[in-house]
Amino acid sequence: MIKFPKRTVSVLLAAALLLGYAAVLSSCNRTEGITIRYLNFKPEIADKYKALAAEYEKETGVRVLVDTAANNAYEQTLAAKMSTSEAPTLFQINGPKGYAAWADYCADLSDTELYRHLSDKNLAVTGADGGVYGIPYVVEGYGILYNKAITDAYFSLSERNTSFTSMDDIKNFSDLSALVTDMTAKKSALGIDGVFAATSLKSGEDWRWQTHLANLPIYYEFRDRGVDLSSDATKTIEFSHAENFKNIFDLYINNSTVDRRTLGTKTVVDSMAEFALGKCVMVQNGNWAWSQIADVAGNKVTADNIKYLPIYTGVSGEEMQGLCIGTENFYAINKKASAEEQKAAADFIWWLYSSEYGKQYITEELGFIAPFDTFTEDEVPSDPLAKEVLRYMQNESLTSVPWNFTVFPSQKFKDDFGASLLRYAQGSKDWAAVKSDMIASWNRESTS
Amino acid sequence: MNSSTLRKYFPLFVLPTLLSFCLSFVVPFLLGVGLSFTEFTTVTNAKWCGFQNYIKAFTDDTGFLHALGFTFLFTVVSIVTVNIFAFALALLLTRGIRGTNLFRSVFFLPNLIGGIVLGYIWNLLINGVLANFGVDITYAASYGFFGLVLLTNWQLIGYMMVIYIAGLQNVPEDLLEAAAIDGASPAKTLFRIKIPAVMPSITICTFLTLTNSFKMFDQNLALTAGAPEKSTEMLALNIYNTFYGRIGWQGVGQAKAVVFFIIVALLALLQLKLTASREVES
Repeated sequence: MIKFPKRTVSVLLAAALLLGYAAVLSSCNRTEGITIRYLNFKPEIADKYKALAAEYEKETGVRVLVDTAANNAYEQTLAAKMSTSEAPTLFQINGPKGYAAWADYCADLSDTELYRHLSDKNLAVTGADGGVYGIPYVVEGYGILYNKAITDAYFSLSERNTSFTSMDDIKNFSDLSALVTDMTAKKSALGIDGVFAATSLKSGEDWRWQTHLANLPIYYEFRDRGVDLSSDATKTIEFSHAENFKNIFDLYINNSTVDRRTLGTKTVVDSMAEFALGKCVMVQNGNWAWSQIADVAGNKVTADNIKYLPIYTGVSGEEMQGLCIGTENFYAINKKASAEEQKAAADFIWWLYSSEYGKQYITEELGFIAPFDTFTEDEVPSDPLAKEVLRYMQNESLTSVPWNFTVFPSQKFKDDFGASLLRYAQGSKDWAAVKSDMIASWNRESTS
Repeated sequence: MNSSTLRKYFPLFVLPTLLSFCLSFVVPFLLGVGLSFTEFTTVTNAKWCGFQNYIKAFTDDTGFLHALGFTFLFTVVSIVTVNIFAFALALLLTRGIRGTNLFRSVFFLPNLIGGIVLGYIWNLLINGVLANFGVDITYAASYGFFGLVLLTNWQLIGYMMVIYIAGLQNVPEDLLEAAAIDGASPAKTLFRIKIPAVMPSITICTFLTLTNSFKMFDQNLALTAGAPEKSTEMLALNIYNTFYGRIGWQGVGQAKAVVFFIIVALLALLQLKLTASREVES
């Protein structure tokens, strides 16, 4: 064995450590041509974005680095990345609340090509100074999905206590309630475990109720009070339509595949699987859920049997209500990036929504309903849920419900409300307490 | 190497470690304390606001004090149960019964599984049992509490057991033999000889259990996530939710983290002092 003098060994080790630092430091300072860093929100399409980025680099020579935040961790990832030297150039905010949090980082986009081609300018996130700080890049819709094969089976039953002959007859909450109650009574004849899929109330899985379903009563309350959504008037609520929320929520949990006391263990994936396997007739979700239904092994629901019903809650005049249409995905460009980088990011998103390649990718691969006039009527996604959303959007007699949950005060408010709903479902909290806690939480989170 | 050359080269040799220590501990720590006095979105964009964050943490936010109480209770129960079970197992497995090594490995294994995975597994197990009664772990705070205690025990007992075994094997054989000849009962041998002799192991084990249970995060997140209604939310999870779940509350989250650090440091010091004073010089 060769013997090194002790001193040599120590000096070598120390030198190795120092070299390590040098390597770390130098890698930070490497300079390149213009690079756009995009922090993607949707993990399910991360690979598709990477392919797009590669194509863009081939066409223009500009590098696009796509980073993806884990599910439910976008804000955390963004906060962590923003303070590094590799801050995202292009990121996304989730609406007015997101803009409030990231105002120091959002550049004015009113001069960008993409904003000029936004079909409905009201959809953009604007600041008090009139600037445009977020451009919506997708339109989504949610409502109650139903499996037409099972509803048809119900309508062909000889003994039933309702006079409806098809789902087109369901126009308001009392119709829906009568239908659901009778279907529950006939569930063995229909071969289902319950009408509605499990109301997933596990922590982190409750967004369909504390956010999406809560959107309806809040929308009607703001409409009744004539509240300007960009003003401070949204900071207090009375939850005046709490009864409407209770109507539909009770219907969900009392006519479900599972006992209402066990909802604390159910996840969204559980609900979608129940729907896909034909164990239930209806489930509340949006058009993004198509892959969750189609990919379930043993899926029994065919594409042409999935239809949408608006979420009726018993508000007067709801016969004219459509689906809940909107988005919480808005592009924002980092104001603290250099002018060239900002320009490059704006060019990239414009290319994405205007070039033939980009548009084809958006509609066919990503399945987005794009809110820009660069898309013709034929350039729409082919999945059945997106088609249903478009069908409702194009129905002039119906009024779509916008996504007002983008003004919900904070994640904590939503989590608190979801936890409260779970205790209500379990029977350990009464509705009056749920209502008063919800109001208190909203007002507290808005002011602090 | 004589002492004068050592003194000459001391700065050179200590430099790399010192630099690492500063970069990865001292600087972030000071930055963190500094941020707790500011309002910020990202760490490079902060506004000074004095003690306001600390005041907010204890007044506006009722969840913090509850989390503090819950964590204290949980820590006390865990320290007692983990150490008693671990010591009992160590006693059993130093008696030379058949399959000792197998049992030691089996008890140690849970410690190698990550907290999140353990949390989900126990979530399934506990819910599976509770489903027979038509409820689940989110039904009442006490279910979550005992679930957490169970999980912590399962995870930590093996590790503590290994430390106790090492301690027990070092108890001088002649002492035990002398005790046996003098006619000491097994209980007397345990309390008068074995326990005083393994006092250093007890120090280490209580210290590890204390910090592990007090700082618990992933198990808490995966098992209950605070359900029902944040009543099983422990300190670390409360800080995380404050930091990431509320717009403009990052500073308050940071302030809570500083308070958290002070408590853990104080507890650890106190505990080290208390047990170290009872150690036997061997």
